[in-house]
Amino acid sequence: MVNLDDLYREILLDHYRRPRNRGPLETANASAEGSNPLCGDEITLELQLDDDGRIADVAFTGDGCSISQASSSLMTEYVRGRKSDEATSAIDAFQAMMIEGEEAPEELGDIGALAGVRKFPMRVKCASLAWKTLELALAQHDRHDDATRATVTTDERSTSNG
Amino acid sequence: MNSDGGFDIERIRRDFPVLKREVNGRPLVYLDNAATSHRPVQVMAEITRFYRDINSNIHRGVHTLSVEATERFEAVRERMRDFIGAPHASEIIFTRNTTESINLVAHAWGRTFLEAGDEVLISEIEHHSNIVPWQMLRDARGIALRHIPMLPDGTLDLDEARRLIGPRTKLLSITLMSNALGTIVPVAELAELARAQGARVLVDAAQAAPHMPIDVGDLGADFLACSAHKMLGPTGVGVLWGRRELLEEMPPFLGGGDMIASVSLEESTWNELPHKFEAGTPNIAGVVGFGAALDYLEAVGMDAIRSHEVDLTSYALDRLIDVPGVTLYGPLDPELRGGVVSFGLEGVHPHDIGQVLDGEGVAIRAGHHCAQPVMRRLDIAATARASFYLYNTREEVDVLEAAVREAADFFGGFGG
Repeated sequence: MVNLDDLYREILLDHYRRPRNRGPLETANASAEGSNPLCGDEITLELQLDDDGRIADVAFTGDGCSISQASSSLMTEYVRGRKSDEATSAIDAFQAMMIEGEEAPEELGDIGALAGVRKFPMRVKCASLAWKTLELALAQHDRHDDATRATVTTDERSTSNG
Repeated sequence: MNSDGGFDIERIRRDFPVLKREVNGRPLVYLDNAATSHRPVQVMAEITRFYRDINSNIHRGVHTLSVEATERFEAVRERMRDFIGAPHASEIIFTRNTTESINLVAHAWGRTFLEAGDEVLISEIEHHSNIVPWQMLRDARGIALRHIPMLPDGTLDLDEARRLIGPRTKLLSITLMSNALGTIVPVAELAELARAQGARVLVDAAQAAPHMPIDVGDLGADFLACSAHKMLGPTGVGVLWGRRELLEEMPPFLGGGDMIASVSLEESTWNELPHKFEAGTPNIAGVVGFGAALDYLEAVGMDAIRSHEVDLTSYALDRLIDVPGVTLYGPLDPELRGGVVSFGLEGVHPHDIGQVLDGEGVAIRAGHHCAQPVMRRLDIAATARASFYLYNTREEVDVLEAAVREAADFFGGFGG
């Protein structure tokens, strides 16, 4: 039986209601857009990376369900101030938690609250969107590809019956 | 069905065993009928009977089972002809779904008879299946694709429609009922304008055919498309009706068995209607089951179904409009809309509404409903959509309302 409290943990609702690092980032030098077309979740992620690969600042805009927005907020809170390779490790740990069902490492902190989303298969893509978008923004920065903003679509199905 | 000439809802509900199911510990309240309906035991029994007692290919062998299978299959063609008031059974073509029916017209008619400079006119409230085939035709043939805009209340701008329909208009391809908002489009009025300009008219009746009486003559249609699975029938069966003279001048859509008169290694000649458009073995058992669905709908009565849904829709609009934070989309007059109630809740994404409702056993749809232009016009990403059918009740609307209030409470106390 579905227990909504497994999905909507209090910490997630808090991040949904009071998102951290929300808004545009004037100083951004890397960015990416992500979307789940079927749900209408959208996120634009902007990063300011130092020369030594540290994420000095980060912010996101967009609209979406509580899970996608809370995950975005938690993600930005975690990566701010960290090196990009630490962010990459966190992406891997998050995916392992979401896809493989592995326990979240202690250091991911509140992000572990998203583990309950696994019980709701239709919502995994909502939680993953921010992290896939982060992955793309970092890759785009690595390629010094500033001219175009990378985009990612986490929903493989682009159509459905109405 | 009508034991006393009235609408016997309890008797109808007994024919749909799934409605006795519990979901998440609550009685199922199925309000996702615009996506697909459930099927009554009569339809399932007919399909089982066909596989158990007959099960042969059609239009082939002389053996008894094949003859019986062919008779059952062809009898449904006649039932469908009657259901939509079409002149000839040979004008009824079985496809997989509405989408395939529209694509059939776009390919076989559109690519043959339209050329650069011709215009296809659709509307802003179409399902993607009545947008994308015409965009593909536009890109292949250089035709222009234009649309009748939607007004803020979800109805079409008919003044603009009158301006858009002109001598270049070769096809008006339009929905009779919006799947996203429920809007009933005055197709007959628009079709008259289009036909006065010599244009053909395709009616997307995927949403309308299950819920209201349809007569292709009254609509002024040249083509009409619908799907069995939204009208108590099986998945994988669609219908295209087309006027005989149009179908006759169209080349085939798919090539293969059953659609030919004769084949040599160099060339083939086409079978007569409707077989020209039914290449390969169709969903025979599905079509036979669809016949039982049509019988069921006509026994209840399409007028009675429409009245029941007007009542439910009116009741649902009244209940939901009082819920704080709820925004209702589409026309508020239940006579102008089908049994579809699309809504939003301040501060709560439709996906989250759907999730909380599922926890209460209430099945609705959350998303863009394959009508992204509508969402864009309303400046929203998605809506929550409850859609009714003949087996739904006012008590279920009460459960819906209570669950929406619960969703508001759960996420409540803050703005979007």
